[in-house]
This record gives sequence, structure tokens and C-alpha cells, in this order.
Amino acid sequence: MTVLVVAEHDHKILSDAGRRAVAAATALGEDIRVLVAGHHCRAVAEAAARLQGVTQVLLCDDPLYEHQLAEPLAVLIAALAADHQAVVAAATSHGKDVMPRVAGLLDVGQVSDITAIESPTVFQRPIYAGNVMARVCCEERIRVLTIRTTAFAPAAEGGQAEITTIAAGPDPGVSRFVEDAMTRSERPELGAARVVISGGRGVGSAEGFGLLEAVADELGAAIGASRAAVDAGFVPNDYQVGQTGKIVAPELYIAVGISGAIQHWAGMKDSKVVVAINKDEECPMVQTADYALVGDLLEILPSLRDGLRQMKA
Amino acid sequence: MKVLVPVKRVVDYNVRVRARSDGSGVDLANLKMSMNPFDEIAMEAAVRLKEAGQVSDVVAVSIGTDACQDVLRTALAFGADRAILVKTPEAALEPVVVSRILKAIVDEEAPQLVLMGKQAIDDDCNQTAQMLAARLGWGQGTFACRLVLADGEARVSREVDGGTRTVALPLPAVVSTDLRLNEPRYLKLPNIMKAKKKPLDIKPLDSLGVNTSTDIRCLGVSEPPARKPGVRVESVEELLHRLKHDAQVI
Ligand SMILES: Cc1cc2nc3c(=O)[nH]c(=O)nc-3n(C[C@H](O)[C@H](O)[C@H](O)COP(=O)(O)OP(=O)(O)OC[C@H]3O[C@@H](n4cnc5c(N)ncnc54)[C@H](O)[C@@H]3O)c2cc1C
Ligand SMILES: Nc1ncnc2c1ncn2[C@@H]1O[C@H](COP(=O)(O)O)[C@@H](O)[C@H]1O
Repeated sequence: MTVLVVAEHDHKILSDAGRRAVAAATALGEDIRVLVAGHHCRAVAEAAARLQGVTQVLLCDDPLYEHQLAEPLAVLIAALAADHQAVVAAATSHGKDVMPRVAGLLDVGQVSDITAIESPTVFQRPIYAGNVMARVCCEERIRVLTIRTTAFAPAAEGGQAEITTIAAGPDPGVSRFVEDAMTRSERPELGAARVVISGGRGVGSAEGFGLLEAVADELGAAIGASRAAVDAGFVPNDYQVGQTGKIVAPELYIAVGISGAIQHWAGMKDSKVVVAINKDEECPMVQTADYALVGDLLEILPSLRDGLRQMKA
Repeated sequence: MKVLVPVKRVVDYNVRVRARSDGSGVDLANLKMSMNPFDEIAMEAAVRLKEAGQVSDVVAVSIGTDACQDVLRTALAFGADRAILVKTPEAALEPVVVSRILKAIVDEEAPQLVLMGKQAIDDDCNQTAQMLAARLGWGQGTFACRLVLADGEARVSREVDGGTRTVALPLPAVVSTDLRLNEPRYLKLPNIMKAKKKPLDIKPLDSLGVNTSTDIRCLGVSEPPARKPGVRVESVEELLHRLKHDAQVI
């Protein structure tokens, strides 16, 4: 089976999510081609060519793809898809934007957010905020799939695929890039971090998140948040973990002042170890966490930071 | 200018659903059903555009069984002018099929804007808006947290990994809503009463001549593995000790 993987990148670096999509593709077939569409993005194609399992890299370098808009990308991918049995991307905000548009152009169904590949046509995916797992069979002529990145390890280095340059597709001209307002952070990326510390409404303010930052510094952790904390303006929107935010599965997830609504659990329930810090011993986060410390986060967080420092010393 | 708002009837977000013990599906009998929360946000956005005088007609459409009339009445109470039920024998439909049906409705209604939810909280697919936009050949503004109509364009700020991105889409276009686009209003009794008198058209699915076949099917469902019961720790020292020595994660 020939599989086309849509690589996600910033024109310079192949994303961790893209590497995971390649790994997932190896469970679908032997002939794996990676599409790198962007502008001045040869370095990404070279990185993709070095991944194990990749047989060919299709490099489409054109200003049309500078902003990775879904409309031109989907036309390009749908045209290439005709020669493949499956098209795979990571279920990031980018993959979620582009892939259903590809499926729509091809008039086939899509399987979103796959967490396990049983066979090239049978997949598992969570539904109802992860309260239920569904087994789904997809026998479309071209299978359009997005994978949940936390369920697949990144593809290893060690491949030597050839890079083929392909021509840009047409510009549908139905969208225009205006501007980006990106949040810069020195911390590890939320989706890939080994430790995540998240704050909720209980943190109380943007300043309150400073207490989480201090602990995160000691742990090399990424910072996340509940919807309530984002809605209250304590942190930017892309910190949101949950059913409709980011999905994380770190070794250690520390939930601070988060009550543990099902929509929040949906985004972090595959974490290996969950710690709850909360003053309400009845709340679902405390009830379900692996370790729960009941008390005031304003007192606990500073002593947690000090304790971590001492351990290192 | 007309706006079309597709609304889905789903299990209320406060209800915890369970897989049937034989794994054949999810038991929905007697569960509280509501309008998909993202579609409420889309309804609210459409009605605000109407209140601002930028939109003349708001049309809500739901695809499903007769039961969907309740969410359409809710849409009318929000302020939709009329509603369409595309009546199907079954409630569960794949997004690819829903997008084909919505395409047929768009062809009939000719709206300038389709405003819909980014994701249905039952199937969590996050597909229908993008599929519909593809079929129509229109621009798509997915995961919108801000929407401004001006100069024949929709300016959409989108929530993406890493921050917010703004795009401009010449109308007609499809926009899918994220949580922070607005806070849906509380429905007042007079509006709920008024909604009862507003037009609600019922169209049998076969009247649209849409292909409803799909090669995706659910083989079964199961409960995810339960977490082991946790422990209560009494102090920061104990927590750190356990994380280091028992869990070995720090
Ligand atoms: C369609 C939909 C999608 C959603 N998607 C998401 C999602 O993706 N992610 C998400 O997180 N939510 C999501 N939600 C919202 C979710 O239902 C909850 O409302 C939200 O997660 C609550 O956030 P919270 O736990 O921070 O706030 P609350 O529920 O208000 O909890 C605050 C907690 O802080 C504790 N606290 C307060 N002060 C202190 C203190 N000094 N010390 C210690 N503890 C303290 C309290 O005991 C309480 O447990 C969604 C909802 C809907 C309807
Ligand atoms: N049966 C339906 N009737 C009306 N609208 C629907 C239906 N199914 C999906 N939608 C719309 O498509 C959006 C995304 O759904 P999904 O792609 O299933 O996650 C929803 O928020 C609705 O706006």
C-alpha cells in the first residue's frame, strides 16, 4: 500500500507531530511518501528523507504555501492522493484544518484522531470526550486519516529516501493570510513535553501562573491550562488542554486548581502519572488522580518549588 | 445577506455516556440531549450579526430524526428566522454524508455565509465544516475566535497551535466556531414562546437526491481502561518522595 504523509513544519524544521505521523504510516503500508509543501523548505524535506520507513519525499517549494493555508494545500494533496491508498497527517490544528478539506475534495469519509491502528483498515479512536473508544472500519478508496500524536512515537532517524521536486498546484484564491499572533515560549512544546503543569480557575490570575512557572522551571515542564483559566485571560488560548484543546500524554501531569471536568480529562487522561493539587477533596481531579495533595495552591506551589530545588542540590 | 447555521442534536455536555456492555454502541436512551455547544456559539454569532444589521436572514438546519425539532426550536429562540429539518431515518450520520446534505441545502438557500461548530461533542470528528467548504469551493475559517464582516469579506481569527492566525475570506465562505468566539445568550421565555410560531420546514432526505452511502462504519465501542485508584498524600515532602521513588517520574 502507498501512503502519503503530509508533513507539518515551519519551513525550517519538521515538526515532532510530523515525525509521529510518519511512524503511524508505517503501520499502514510499506511505501511511504512524505509531502513537504512550503516555501524555502528544503531543509524539512531533507529531515523527512532521513526518517526510517520513508521511501520518497515530495518537495513542493512555492510561495503559495508560505502560510500553509488549507485551500491551496488541500487541492495539492487531493491531486497527489489519487496515486495513494491512504493520506495521513497529525491531528494538530493544522491537520484538523487541512485534512477534512482533502477528504471533501475526494468525496470520501475521514477517520479523525486515531489512537491505534489494528490493520490498514481498522482503527481505534476516542469519542464522547474519550469516555468511549470506537473501533472504526474504513474501506474508502482513499483513506484520509489523522492520528493523535500522543499515541505514536516519532519515527526514528536512519532512512535515506530520495527527494523529488514537484510543481505547485493551482491557487483557488478563496482565502488570504492577514497576520499571525503567536505566543513565544522558551518552554518545551505542550504536546511533546515529558512533564506538564497546568493551572485552572483556582490559580486566580495571570500573576498566579507565575507560581506554576517557578515549579515548571525546576522540572523543565511545559505549562497548560483549563478552559476556565484561558477564558479568564490568565494564559493564551493555545495553553488549553482538553476535548477541544490540546491533547497531552506526559510522564507527569500536575493539575493545579483544576476541578477535573470530563472535557479536561479528555485532554490528559493518558498521562502516565497525574497529580492533583486542589483545596476541594471532593472534586473529580482529586478523586481520580494518582497522587492528590489537598490544600491551598498558594502555599503548596512555593514549597513544591523549594522541595524540587533541594532535591537537585 | 443570509447566514445558514447547521446545528446538531447531541448528548448534553454534562452527561457522562457509557458503552453498552455488549459493545454494540452507546446507550442514548433517556439521556438529556441539547444543541451541540459549538453550534450554540455559531447561532449566537449569526444572531449578533443580524442584530448589528449586517445580516438579514438566519436559517438554522439540522439533519437527523424528528427529535431534532427541539434543537431547531432552540435555534429559533436564539433568533433564527426559520429552520429546516432534513429528516433522516437514523440519527447517526458520518460527516462526509452530512457535508453532502448541507451542500444540497446551500445550493437551495444560497447563503453568503455558513456558520457552524468546529466539532460535534459526540463524534468529536471536527470535519464537516471543512468538507462542506471543499465541496462548495469556498474559503474556510476554522476554529474562529473572532469574526468580522466587512467589504464583502469575512475576517476570521483562528485558534491554532502556537497562537492565533487571522485570514480574510471573500464571501461566500464557511466559518467554524471555537469556544471563545462568544458566550451564547441565556434564552428568555418570551423568545422561547415566539420560537414556537416561527416556520420549521421538514424535508425528507430522499427529496434532496443525495448519496448517503459511506465506506466508514463503526465495528463496536468499549470503555477506555480505568485508572488505578490513586492515593492521598499529606505533604509536599511526601508527594516528592512518591514521585521520585514510587512513580519514578522526577
Ligand atoms: C463544548 C465544551 C468544550 C470544553 N472543552 C474544554 C477543554 O478542552 N478543556 C477544559 O479544560 N475545559 C473544557 N470545557 C470546560 C469544562 O467543562 C470545565 O468548565 C472547565 O474545565 C473548568 O475549569 P477549571 O477546572 O479550571 O475551573 P473550576 O471547575 O471552576 O475549578 C476550579 C478549581 O480550583 C480549585 N481551587 C480554587 N482555589 C484554590 C486554591 N487556592 N487552592 C487550590 N485549589 C483551588 C477549586 O477547588 C476547583 O476545583 C469545555 C466545555 C464545553 C461545554
Ligand atoms: N446532523 C447534523 N445536523 C446539522 N449540523 C451538523 C450535523 N452534524 C454535524 N453538523 C455540523 O458540523 C459541525 C461539526 O461536526 P463534526 O464534523 O461531526 O465534528 C457541528 O458543530 C455542526 O455545526
